[in-house]
Amino acid sequence: MAETYQEGSGSGADFDLSQFYQIFFEEAGENLDQMEHMLLNLDLVNANDEELNGIFRCAHSIKGGSATFGFADVAELTHQMESLLDRLRRHELQPIPQMVDVLLESADASRSLLARHQAGEQGEAVSTTDLVRRISELAAGRVPGGASAPVAPAPAPVVAAVAPAPAFVPAPAVSPGQPRQLQIQIGPLERPEQADAIKELFRDIPGLGSISDLPGLEPATRRFAVETTSTNDDLLDLFAFHVAKEQVVISDGVTATAAVEPVVQGGDTAEVPYGFFHDAPGAPAEVVKVPVAAVPAANGASAVVPKAAEPRAQSPAQMESTTIRVAVNKVDQLINLVGELVITQAMLAQNSRGLDAGAYQQLLAGLADLDRNTRDLQESVMSIRMIPMSIVFSRFPRMLRDLANKLGKKVDFVTLGEAIELDKGLVEKITDPLTHLVRNSCDHGIEMPADRLAKGKPEHGTITLSASHQGGSIVIEVRDDGKGLSREKILSKALERGLDVSEHMSDADVWQLIFAPGFSTAEVVTDVSGRGVGMDVVKRNIAALNGSVEIDSAEGYGMRVSVRLPLTLAIMDGMSVGVGDEVYILPLSSVVESFQVNADDVSTVAQGSQLVKVRDEYMPVIALEKIFQVPRFDASKSSNIMVVVEADGSRVALLVDELLGQHQVVVKNLESNYRKVPNVSGATILGDGTVALILDTGGLVRRARH
Amino acid sequence: MSVMEKSEETTASGAREYLTFRLDQEEYGIDILKVQEIRGYEPPTRIANAPEFIKGVVNLRGTIVPIVDMRIKFNCAQADYNTFTVVIILNLRQRVVGIVVDSVSDVMELASGSVRAAPDIESAIDNSCILGLGSVGDRMLILLDIEKLMSSVDMGLVAADD
Repeated sequence: MAETYQEGSGSGADFDLSQFYQIFFEEAGENLDQMEHMLLNLDLVNANDEELNGIFRCAHSIKGGSATFGFADVAELTHQMESLLDRLRRHELQPIPQMVDVLLESADASRSLLARHQAGEQGEAVSTTDLVRRISELAAGRVPGGASAPVAPAPAPVVAAVAPAPAFVPAPAVSPGQPRQLQIQIGPLERPEQADAIKELFRDIPGLGSISDLPGLEPATRRFAVETTSTNDDLLDLFAFHVAKEQVVISDGVTATAAVEPVVQGGDTAEVPYGFFHDAPGAPAEVVKVPVAAVPAANGASAVVPKAAEPRAQSPAQMESTTIRVAVNKVDQLINLVGELVITQAMLAQNSRGLDAGAYQQLLAGLADLDRNTRDLQESVMSIRMIPMSIVFSRFPRMLRDLANKLGKKVDFVTLGEAIELDKGLVEKITDPLTHLVRNSCDHGIEMPADRLAKGKPEHGTITLSASHQGGSIVIEVRDDGKGLSREKILSKALERGLDVSEHMSDADVWQLIFAPGFSTAEVVTDVSGRGVGMDVVKRNIAALNGSVEIDSAEGYGMRVSVRLPLTLAIMDGMSVGVGDEVYILPLSSVVESFQVNADDVSTVAQGSQLVKVRDEYMPVIALEKIFQVPRFDASKSSNIMVVVEADGSRVALLVDELLGQHQVVVKNLESNYRKVPNVSGATILGDGTVALILDTGGLVRRARH
Repeated sequence: MSVMEKSEETTASGAREYLTFRLDQEEYGIDILKVQEIRGYEPPTRIANAPEFIKGVVNLRGTIVPIVDMRIKFNCAQADYNTFTVVIILNLRQRVVGIVVDSVSDVMELASGSVRAAPDIESAIDNSCILGLGSVGDRMLILLDIEKLMSSVDMGLVAADD
């Protein structure tokens, strides 16, 4: 992997991954439940393809997740399950009860393995060897246990192996979440200041824990008291960015302190104030007792204690008490109500506009307050649900590094638009599809370093993940500079699978074929990808969010998958413009300028399309009256105002009658009850209760380009 | 709610309740359970490039609802908008749609025996959207499968690939 991300986000990413463990465990649990349910309802004689695909997808999702998080045992087991299920869903095998038995047992085993991982690797792992053997025998078309042995007792030994699992799993579950107290000694170092960078790690990575200084035993070493929930291995990995692993000694807090105490007492008094910090949550209780006598001195000396240490030591405790978990539907209800309030407020503002300011002074002042408060309230409420894309993006660097190492590829990972905020619900649902896309890019897209060099490309492939706002949607792109899609391969594979295809299909239609269930052109099925699940799941998940997936590819140069998500729930700043008797809303973010147009500035090109010259730049003119076929009742009025809008990096001038004003609008989805309308991204409700359409500036710009 | 409960009781005996409305001289019936509410007509916001019978969208308590003028769809001689023009708001499979009709007559209970299959006739709509013909006294009721009618592609309410 490239140095680039290791320096940039590597240190954070390595740790950040653990914050998704919980999500993964929940998801995996749901998938296992679902798989169990489907297995139990599976009709063996007449197995339904959709059901088999569903079970397969569950296994695939668990495998993908556990591979991402490095749970090799679960990944291995589910990989075997997947192999068996794959043959079933291709109708190469007939499902038999033994298969269901072994799959159910494997699900149980996966569950207990996951529970063990969740509990921080404590307790004895369930042995999966027997299960793996039985599954592979079944997948090879043999009934395990041999022909002579009766079939029924076969599961018995495994049940015995699995049964102890629940007994030991809950027990260790008590300790893993508990913070551990550690002493960490670093050194001897040539430059002891290097060790100070470690303190910064604790400050920069939320949830890592707390750290405080302890007096060093030798001048060239540093010692810290650390309270953390992370494992020693995780800590070593983190520290490796600053100091060599060999120079780090991690020891259990309680015992190590005992050995060190004489030093504390015997040390010179200037060191005593550090003892004060043993009182912080980071220090074991025993230590506190020893320096009691020193405490009064410490209080007096507390002014010289480095201040930064204190908030650091206390922050973890505060974090827990300052957040509350609230059901999402309660937040949604709040957001809807605020949306209604905004509309009502806008209506009041509009109706009060004609009032005499002198006679209704108090009323108008009240309305102005209401306006401001509504806005603030709305902003706060909206921010509850929004989380930055960096939360999603930060889980990829680690996954890609492991994956690239495994595949022997060299990959640079670039992320753009991490600050773009996305609705929490969308973030949760977009993570899985994005994981599939990024894995696909790395596995299928990026070539081996030697192949890349042979083709004159840089040895390192680049995978770019970017998020941006476009025309009222959020577009997330996964781009790679790998080999791209092969039209011929896809077409021949589609013919092989009996899909309805022809040589004359457009590229875009050919690319869409890879979304068909079970479609894969990979020659080798690896445990990463190549089975053809993935893309159909991706499409399904994104379609469920009312989004769309587009593929661009150039063979030999790479491909780009764009996921477009609608802003079903959002408030934006809009500029309302009048055309004829109708009102349209432009997203204020895309409005560049507006001006009154002189007939001389507009010139026509052969096909009749118009161009306007704005400060030495010619840009296409779009008359809203024309494209929206606005009926004109009053012939005396005409469009003579241009609004320059920018989208996708280019500009067009929209011809409108008048500019009506700027206000915040609640974006409503037009498609929930109607269909997609060209050049319109949504609708909103104006102050008078009528509906106005929000223009899709991205669509308008694209239209002008063609 | 009382209407729904009552209707569920009567379904057991094979009878169903229909809301009947008039378009010009014709009388139509639709399943009452699909009806959300009945409102007066208010001018909707026009949508460009929509078929003529889609009048536009209105704001129904914060929801954007498309309005279909059934009189134009069914080729009625005239479609005036006055104080008596009503809009029936339908709730069909998560979608809310409003239809403009000349007037709403009443709610009628029809036993399955009094519904006859519609003969093959040529009309402005797909024959499969007509459930049958109900006779009430000397009146003829055209019973519509409103859900099927509204979700058909030529209504333009859903995209062709939906």
